[in-house]
Amino acid sequence: MKVWDKIESISSDEMRSIQDTRLVETVSFVYDNVKYYKDKMDKIGLLPQDIKGCDDLYKLPFTTKEDLRDSYPYGLIAVPMEDIVRVHASSGTTGKRIVVAYTQEDIDTWSEVMARSFARIGVDKKDIIHVAYGYGLFTGGLGAHYGAERLGATVIPISGGNSRRQVEFLKDLQATVIACTPSYMLHLYEVLLESGLTLDDISLKAGLFGAEPWSNNMRKEIESLLGIKAYDIYGLSEITGPGVSSECIMQNGLHINEDCYLPEIIDTETLDPLGYNKDGEIVFTTIKKKGMPLIRYRTKDITKLFKDDCGCGRTLVKMERVTGRTDDMLIIRGVNVFPSQIESVLLEFSHVTPNYQLIVDRINMMDVLQVNVEMGPELFSDEVRKIEGFERNIRGAIQSVLGISATVKLVEPKSLERSEGKAVRIIDKRKF
Amino acid sequence: MLTKQISIFLENKEGRLAQLTSILAKSNININALTIADTSDFGILRIIVDDTKKAEDLLKENGFLVSVTDVIALDIEDKPGGISKPLNRLYAEGISVEYIYAFLSKKENTAHVIIKVDQNDKALDILKNNGFKSTATV
Repeated sequence: MKVWDKIESISSDEMRSIQDTRLVETVSFVYDNVKYYKDKMDKIGLLPQDIKGCDDLYKLPFTTKEDLRDSYPYGLIAVPMEDIVRVHASSGTTGKRIVVAYTQEDIDTWSEVMARSFARIGVDKKDIIHVAYGYGLFTGGLGAHYGAERLGATVIPISGGNSRRQVEFLKDLQATVIACTPSYMLHLYEVLLESGLTLDDISLKAGLFGAEPWSNNMRKEIESLLGIKAYDIYGLSEITGPGVSSECIMQNGLHINEDCYLPEIIDTETLDPLGYNKDGEIVFTTIKKKGMPLIRYRTKDITKLFKDDCGCGRTLVKMERVTGRTDDMLIIRGVNVFPSQIESVLLEFSHVTPNYQLIVDRINMMDVLQVNVEMGPELFSDEVRKIEGFERNIRGAIQSVLGISATVKLVEPKSLERSEGKAVRIIDKRKF
Repeated sequence: MLTKQISIFLENKEGRLAQLTSILAKSNININALTIADTSDFGILRIIVDDTKKAEDLLKENGFLVSVTDVIALDIEDKPGGISKPLNRLYAEGISVEYIYAFLSKKENTAHVIIKVDQNDKALDILKNNGFKSTATV
């Protein structure tokens, strides 16, 4: 099977030498062009020339989501605004968004790594790719789109939603590959059956699934129900979007495009680098990015790095499927949700934050969010319509802040579960 | 005269109503009138008792969410038209009724309705001027 870019199968030494060069360039580039990084390095007395290669990576300061928030919107941009051709945005922990910016070269690199990701699962220009990730500020849709075009395949930019129409397109246009969240794939399967169609009516052979946590069991379910191969793809807007790493046909770990995104695993307590085969937080340094390069960006995703003699011929280092996160972020229908966002919504309705709980479940293959809120004296009214109006208003505010719908249920005071006196904020009943 | 009514927020959970009424029973509080407004998720129990303050404190101590509301307890004749006359009077004067419930009186030929309106004082005046009687204790 063809490797899209020969850089994916070069020797470890060659890769290391490319990474050394690109890291050194990146560090001096951000030092010269991003005040935020210059200040950070000056503060610890680190000069660009102290970084001679990957061995010195550990000396560099981390970048966190808070840094991105503090420098919102354009504080971390390293080039003149006229060189920025695109922005994407994702939700932040306090409802404040995070903006990421790309130069034309960055878009090209991203398109390349996405093309590699499709090629990695045996997709080529003869394929018809149905892109059902959301298009817009979210990086999923456009990321997959540009990659599929770069590959030369036929792209159907259907975006998310309107499942009946999705199924009609799958039948009429005979897509061979689909890109969407794994839960949406299962939902589409249900809709397909409801529409009176069978697998004989569609031609899918593979899917590239990501943007939310899933498991090997879910992979088996998708593969057996739909008779396709299901592959995992990983990425985050801060680094570029989808395509930071992805599985090959061997389905044994995700190859990281390490010539562009230099990975490390760190101990979540000590923050020391852990090397291969140990679980920890994965951290990326972008070494081929111009618009908004990030140094040692803490993803909060837990996984491990490993090397193997992969049957696909690629030598790129691998990461395991992400098994969890170090913070309390939830991913619901591909959307990042932080309990603090719900908290800020509830604060709009009451002077004190009521105790609340988020219950996430997967019903009919779709993620559903229920927000239980403990009723307090300030919220209580003797009239049903006022309480119902209150529920409706919270629901509306959550929808507008998170962009996803939730059911709101008001419960009695002190009725929500507590563990060791501490409120249990999240109950995730989904089985991945 | 206005009557004190206790409203309690209840989740639709089994046994919750039994629990609440037994707390009142143990403290020898009598419930004179009772109604529940319910939705699929929750209910608001409204009661009028013989010792409002004691019942309110007791329920709060037991973790219930409680509020006390002023309502009008109206004596009406226990015959056709008994309830329509005062309601039409209130309507004619622009008083909005938020909810209403009825119960039988111990007195013969008399019933009571509890009315929650948007303007208590005005409603009381109208009722009084038209010969309707409201009581503080029911």
